[in-house]
Amino acid sequence: MATTDNGAAGHNGDAHHGPLDQFAINRYVEIDLGGFDASFTNSALMMCVTVIVITLLTTLGMGRGRMVPGRIQSIVELSYEMIARMLGDIVGGRGAQKFFPFVFSLFMFLLLGNVLGLIPYSFTFTSHIIVTLAFALVVFVGVTILAIVIHKHRFLTFFLPPGVPLWMAPLLVPIEVVSYMARPISLSVRLFANMMAGHSILHVFGAFVFVLSFAGVLPFAFIVALYGLELLVAVLQAYVFTILTCLYIRDAIELHH
Amino acid sequence: MPQLEMGDYAPQIFWLVVTFVALMVIMWSVGLPRIRRVIEAREAKISEDLAEAESAKGRAEDALKAYEEALADARSRAHGVLAETHAKLAAEADALRAELDADLAAKAATAEERIQETREAALASLRDVAGDVARAATERLVGAAPSEAAARAAVEASMGEGR
Repeated sequence: MATTDNGAAGHNGDAHHGPLDQFAINRYVEIDLGGFDASFTNSALMMCVTVIVITLLTTLGMGRGRMVPGRIQSIVELSYEMIARMLGDIVGGRGAQKFFPFVFSLFMFLLLGNVLGLIPYSFTFTSHIIVTLAFALVVFVGVTILAIVIHKHRFLTFFLPPGVPLWMAPLLVPIEVVSYMARPISLSVRLFANMMAGHSILHVFGAFVFVLSFAGVLPFAFIVALYGLELLVAVLQAYVFTILTCLYIRDAIELHH
Repeated sequence: MPQLEMGDYAPQIFWLVVTFVALMVIMWSVGLPRIRRVIEAREAKISEDLAEAESAKGRAEDALKAYEEALADARSRAHGVLAETHAKLAAEADALRAELDADLAAKAATAEERIQETREAALASLRDVAGDVARAATERLVGAAPSEAAARAAVEASMGEGR
């Protein structure tokens, strides 16, 4: 990193030593909004880069919108059609269109965030639990509000589906409530843990390459293979996060399936 | 573990909200309508081309049908002309033959008439000759010639017997 670490969070400038130091937040510009710390950090930089890349892809990447798409246009159209199909298949109906901008933005943001984070010396903002938890909570709260708006008090029957004998309620309701509350946690931890674990392992084996000198070819080959796997994980986790979001939206609309 | 530094949460959340909201606004206003337009234009073009191909096919089928109709029409007309010509020629031939027949019949009739006439003339002259011969012979035998009428009657009688 070219910019010096201001060390506000206690991470000093002696660069990346441990495998976890790559996740350190570095403040580039200290910004204070009335007591709220809004400093521009390496995480914020990558978020901005991600938004810019997505914007460029969907505007310049689409070119003049040729009938026979080129490479970049194909990628953008494929993503668009994949999300449209996913929403259509899972949520279905015209209601799906309302969520399209959010779900598409979510998928592209996570996908590009994961993939751009794999570029050496960049930063993966999805490897921070607070970021993934914020997304998961937005989805969780949004979906819950949606369900209450659509179904009013009948939303509570989500925790005790009709047709279940009443004596089962003391057993079933807590289980359903816990599983419902666990949604944002599983959603956020899945993405954050996958990203963090992958980058940590890459770092550990990267260190081996230098330690073992000539024999470092072996861990280097391993890193190459692992990098491919991490690329897959990056795409897959963005996909999983998005498809689970679609499933939660469907649950909120249909309540029982 | 940097992920658990509470002090770093605020700037991350702040910039996450800022960037993601910006992304959603950009996608909602510019990005997605653009992609949708391109995809819809392509679909419209494809369905338009398909419709055009369909109509071209229809036109080709119409042309084929018209051609076949024209062909059948021409064939039936040719048949008509052929039959007509046939009939006309036959009628002409018949007329010619009838004319020829009538001509021949007339010629045959006049020829027969002439033969009859000649025969009658010959017969008449035969009687005269026979009468003359009979008178001459009688004159020589008897010395007196019978009258012409008697000779004729006798000739007539003998000819009637001889017949």
